[in-house]
Amino acid sequence: MFAVAIFLPLLAAVVAGFFGRWIGDRGAQIVTCGGLLISMLISWWMLYAIGFQQQAQTVELFTWMASGSFEVSWALRFDTLTAVMVFVVTTVSAMVHVYSVGYMSHDHSIPRFMAYLSIFTFFMLMLVTADNFVQMFFGWEGVGVASYLLIGFWYDRPSANAAAMKAFIVNRVGDFGFALGIMAIFFLFGTVSFDAVFQAAPQMAGKTFQFLGMEVDALTTACLLLFVGAMGKSAQLGLHTWLPDAMEGPTPVSALIHAATMVTAGVFMLVRLSPVFEYAPAALAVVTVVGASTAIFAATVGMTQFDIKRVIAYSTCSQLGYMFFAIGVSAYQAAIFHLMTHAFFKALLFLGAGSVIHAMSDEQDMRRMGGIWRLIPTTYAMMWIGSLALAGLPFFAGFYSKDIILEAAYGAHSGVGQYAFWLGIVAALLTAFYSWRLIFLTFHGKPRANEHVMAHVHESPPVMIGPLVVLALGAVFSGWLAYEAFVGHDHKAFWGAAIFVAERHDPLEAAHHVPGWVKLLPIFVAVAGILVAWIAYILRPGLPEATAEALRPIHRFFFNKWYFDELYDRLFVRPAFYLGRGLWKTGDGALIDGVGPDGVAAATRSLSVQASRLQSGYVYHYAFAMLIGVVVLVSWYLYARI
Amino acid sequence: MIPVAFPELAPALPEILLAVGAMALLMFGVFSGDRSSRTVSWLSVLLLILAGIVVAAGGGAERVTFFGAFVSDAFSSFAKMLILLGSVVAVLLGADQNERDGQARFEYPILILLATLGMLMMVSANDLIALYLGLELQSLALYVLAAFRRETVRSTEAGLKYFVLGALSSCMLLYGASLIYGFAGTTSFDVLATTLQQGEPAIGVIFGIVFLAAGLAFKVSAVPFHMWTPDVYEGAPTPVTAFFAVAPKVAAVALFVRVMIEPLGGLVDEWRQIIVFIAIASMVLGAFAAINQTNIKRLMAYSSIGHVGYALVGLAAGTASGVRGVLIYMAIYIFMTAGTFAIILCMRQKDRAVEGIADLAGLSRQRPLLALALAIFMFSMAGIPPLAGFFSKLYVFMAAIEAAREVPILYVLAIVGVLASVVGAYYYLRIVKIMYFDEPTEGFDRTVSGEVHAIIGVSALVTMFFFLYPAPLLTAAATAAAALVKG
Repeated sequence: MFAVAIFLPLLAAVVAGFFGRWIGDRGAQIVTCGGLLISMLISWWMLYAIGFQQQAQTVELFTWMASGSFEVSWALRFDTLTAVMVFVVTTVSAMVHVYSVGYMSHDHSIPRFMAYLSIFTFFMLMLVTADNFVQMFFGWEGVGVASYLLIGFWYDRPSANAAAMKAFIVNRVGDFGFALGIMAIFFLFGTVSFDAVFQAAPQMAGKTFQFLGMEVDALTTACLLLFVGAMGKSAQLGLHTWLPDAMEGPTPVSALIHAATMVTAGVFMLVRLSPVFEYAPAALAVVTVVGASTAIFAATVGMTQFDIKRVIAYSTCSQLGYMFFAIGVSAYQAAIFHLMTHAFFKALLFLGAGSVIHAMSDEQDMRRMGGIWRLIPTTYAMMWIGSLALAGLPFFAGFYSKDIILEAAYGAHSGVGQYAFWLGIVAALLTAFYSWRLIFLTFHGKPRANEHVMAHVHESPPVMIGPLVVLALGAVFSGWLAYEAFVGHDHKAFWGAAIFVAERHDPLEAAHHVPGWVKLLPIFVAVAGILVAWIAYILRPGLPEATAEALRPIHRFFFNKWYFDELYDRLFVRPAFYLGRGLWKTGDGALIDGVGPDGVAAATRSLSVQASRLQSGYVYHYAFAMLIGVVVLVSWYLYARI
Repeated sequence: MIPVAFPELAPALPEILLAVGAMALLMFGVFSGDRSSRTVSWLSVLLLILAGIVVAAGGGAERVTFFGAFVSDAFSSFAKMLILLGSVVAVLLGADQNERDGQARFEYPILILLATLGMLMMVSANDLIALYLGLELQSLALYVLAAFRRETVRSTEAGLKYFVLGALSSCMLLYGASLIYGFAGTTSFDVLATTLQQGEPAIGVIFGIVFLAAGLAFKVSAVPFHMWTPDVYEGAPTPVTAFFAVAPKVAAVALFVRVMIEPLGGLVDEWRQIIVFIAIASMVLGAFAAINQTNIKRLMAYSSIGHVGYALVGLAAGTASGVRGVLIYMAIYIFMTAGTFAIILCMRQKDRAVEGIADLAGLSRQRPLLALALAIFMFSMAGIPPLAGFFSKLYVFMAAIEAAREVPILYVLAIVGVLASVVGAYYYLRIVKIMYFDEPTEGFDRTVSGEVHAIIGVSALVTMFFFLYPAPLLTAAATAAAALVKG
């Protein structure tokens, strides 16, 4: 029964993708949306059955590959962690599918789009139900391909193609790390099955092995390699550059892939591997630092951007940083908790932004918006709910999850924990600021769009508003409802064996016993951030300009995204271009063509001319050649004898 | 005086039949003049077929006669069948062509009969003297044939060149034979085989082998003894060229194989070096020199040089499977070559024969079937599967690779062979390209007789569909090879 939820999207994708021409746009929409909605309902039941009735199970499908001692079976692992992920993925995906019916209504290739969405969902579900590393890698690469297809969906736009390629290539770096990590795991454990690896992990702690000629701690190395994979998928500092560019894709894609599901795959992977990571404390420290740094980095960039989707994209990057440093301090439950709440409110924000873009005739620049809140009140309300949840205002979803993360970081009582806590607090301040900057710039003030656009501003159709409402419900209530089960008193019963935390510490327990100010500080900074935004964009609209002018170097640094793209361009892209050009001109053109096909052909022709020149027509030449032949042979034998 | 018993004649029955028949036809021709040339041609074909039947009836049993100088076994039978087949084709092609050129003379079929007789004796030779007798009988007839069109300069030049160089090669062969006789003390193949088995051979024997091999290499037109081939092929009348390219080549290759394997079998490591050298040289030169040709008969000359190189790869292996490869190669070669030359005979414009490759341009549009047949032959010669030419190369290369485990030089031979066949593919496929993609020139006359068309059709069908039922040829060749390579 659970397996049905996994394979329905595949079936829907196949039907819509291959038979879209026959069933038409409407047929493709019905098939894919129907499949996803059924999957969603099953997943809700699944979450209840597994999380609260302890019906965790593994469904063996078949042996995938067997080669010597390397054996991989195709199995679906259903435990609480998977159930939560399946719940999140199918719910958000179903909402996005429905929303797309309205959003993409003017597109020319609707069946293709719906098929891509569904196939993406299937790969994501394969990833989260994986029972071994290889199967997870299959899903991992699958979502990569689907994401590539979706980002580049409007393939007639050069920028979309470039963004799709960028996403794919940057992810290659991460995937290379992931693949190396899997190989390291196989090298160490002799298996890629999760259960076997988890059981053997304690014995591996502290062992060393040779890597790149150095004697290194085995588990730490393997975990760091796997973390590189996670960094790529989850757009962590260094491998984050693809995510903002990926906003070239249609907005529903951004909501599904770049907010709720694929980018959280890295978080999921680390949580799934908690039994291994728990024995690699050094790797966890790295995860904490990278996560916290990403949180603050992305927040600073998000403050300065003007593209509405890019602001949200950087916000996503920042929130993923929170999840990672939660993992770094062993608060895996908190990370997944935040993953879930974030999925709701960030998908809500993206789809809300999509609704705004839809209303503004495909305008994405906030500098050309403003003063439209009366015209699209529902969207406006939805954006408020999403932003409140994102900023972590009390009783909205983000409040519960972000607070438990920050408290766990503080409660870790370690250097990296403190680093993460304080950066997290500052990032929370910035988050509140840029969220309301977005709201004020988009909806308030004087209209900055031209009259033609303003005349067309309209509320989105119900098929788009419906999903927004569902997600808004999640953004409001999911934190409050799930708090006890995910991170509260019932968390041990809820998670069962899905998450492993070493005996030596209990981050959630520590999080509940932090000083009072630690619990209050996030609320305070969130309110402060909103106030600052209000002052800057409503009360004194000239202030941001003046501040940016006054702090010009810093503003430029933030606005240019810390110059990561330029740095990578210099370091990797241009050298690669030069190398490629060199190989093309000299390597291929001069060497391979010159010495290879063209050269051989030319040599053949000249040899041929010379060979026919031998044929002079004179008998004595011919006789001479014969005698020479005999002499050569005789000399050869004489020489061999002597 | 030692009383000598009268030798058994039965093993040599085909040869005797041909000799007597040829003389009877000669008489008939002399008395009835050139008007009888058609009759003589058909009677010659009949005679050749009769000889073939006798050969086939003799079976593959080994029979020795004429005091050990003449042997009839499965190997010679196989070769004789191929030779007789080639001669039949040559007589048929010549009868048609000569008549239309006003050159109908009854000597043509008779000379072919005599040459064929020489070839049959060559492949049955079991003694150096017998070898030389057969070879000279064949050669003398061929010299005349090359100069058959005595009123044209090119034909007479071809005949003269062939004769002078052929005499030189006969000298070498004789010199080699006398050296061998001098050092081994016998001319009999059987005795030579046992004598040369023991120990290190004398340097004189080695020199003898070199000269003998040089003489034989001339007959098979292997590099560097090939120089006569392009000139003679181009100068001789086309039916004669077709004959040259088919029957004498088979006979000479068969003789070459027998000499090397039977009497000199013990010295395989010595003579293999010669064969490897001339095989590589032939394959490479055949491939490269052909590219530049504009005359299709010259092109076929270089093509035949290359083909001999490939066939010698099988001989270089020196094993039963190598000999089998050579025989298969020659059998398939006969069909491809006969068909190609029959097509060349069709190349007539305004009742004049043309020989330029460019004259084939656009043939596919004017004579689609003819073009298709030539395309089949060209693809087959280039060695493209599933045509017969692919298998002929396959078997010799396979034999070489099998033997290469003990003799690594054969790897080099096989690799050079494959590379040369790539180069060779260029000029074969160029003909296809010219036929199918170039703008048509003046069309060919449609005056060619039914026999020629039949030869083209049968050859094309065999070449095309050999892969469907290769078993008869493969088993016959294997039996023939087993008769030669014992144990």
